[in-house]
Amino acid sequence: MADKEKITIILFSGEMEKALAAFNIALGGASSGMDVTIFFTFWGLNVIKKNEGSIKSKGIMRKMLNAMNRGGAKRLPLSQFHMLGIGKAMMQRLMKDINFPQVDELIETAKELGVKFIACTTSMGMMGIGKDAFIDGVDSYAGVATYIAEARESKINLFI
Amino acid sequence: MKADVTVDCVGLYCPMPIVHTAKKMKEMQAGQVLEVIADDEGIKQDMPNWAKMTGNEYLGIEEAGGKLHVFVKKA
Repeated sequence: MADKEKITIILFSGEMEKALAAFNIALGGASSGMDVTIFFTFWGLNVIKKNEGSIKSKGIMRKMLNAMNRGGAKRLPLSQFHMLGIGKAMMQRLMKDINFPQVDELIETAKELGVKFIACTTSMGMMGIGKDAFIDGVDSYAGVATYIAEARESKINLFI
Repeated sequence: MKADVTVDCVGLYCPMPIVHTAKKMKEMQAGQVLEVIADDEGIKQDMPNWAKMTGNEYLGIEEAGGKLHVFVKKA
């Protein structure tokens, strides 16, 4: 529907709690009858990388980057108290205690509710990540003009 | 208060009660009343605001046995 209000979120970060914040807002908006778009850019691309397999890329620097920066919704670190994954595991335990969904589950719900995923092609090009690195839910691949076109019509714009 | 449909969100936190409410309401007919059972305080403010945004009618809240029973009528 063209007359729905819009929310546009840029997810620039690849950390678990920032992804949680982005998806929390996205789910709230979509559940309140709004059109929600998330632009995944830079480290944010890690959130929509497949959890399985390896990321193919060309050139030694890009290969190294993608080996060290593997990404995937299940691999996102915490920005604080990550402690080589111990802090993250504890945080996930606390989330389970209150039945709070993990990032991959939030992605699934977001797709069910029609949240649109757009991946930034500039970051993909720079990091040497192809479309095959991402989960199925990515709706399109675009740049800043698409973001501006969406954002200028949005009531809520967030950069996370 | 009497409801036509009930959704149990006990033990769930924001945004999940709202997500389940929206999903359930989609399946309902206009005029039907949904009862959301929850224990997250946040719903006291969230449900009236959700109803206002979506054009549905917030009917009220009842507290019983440490649980919150929130009623919304589908527009």
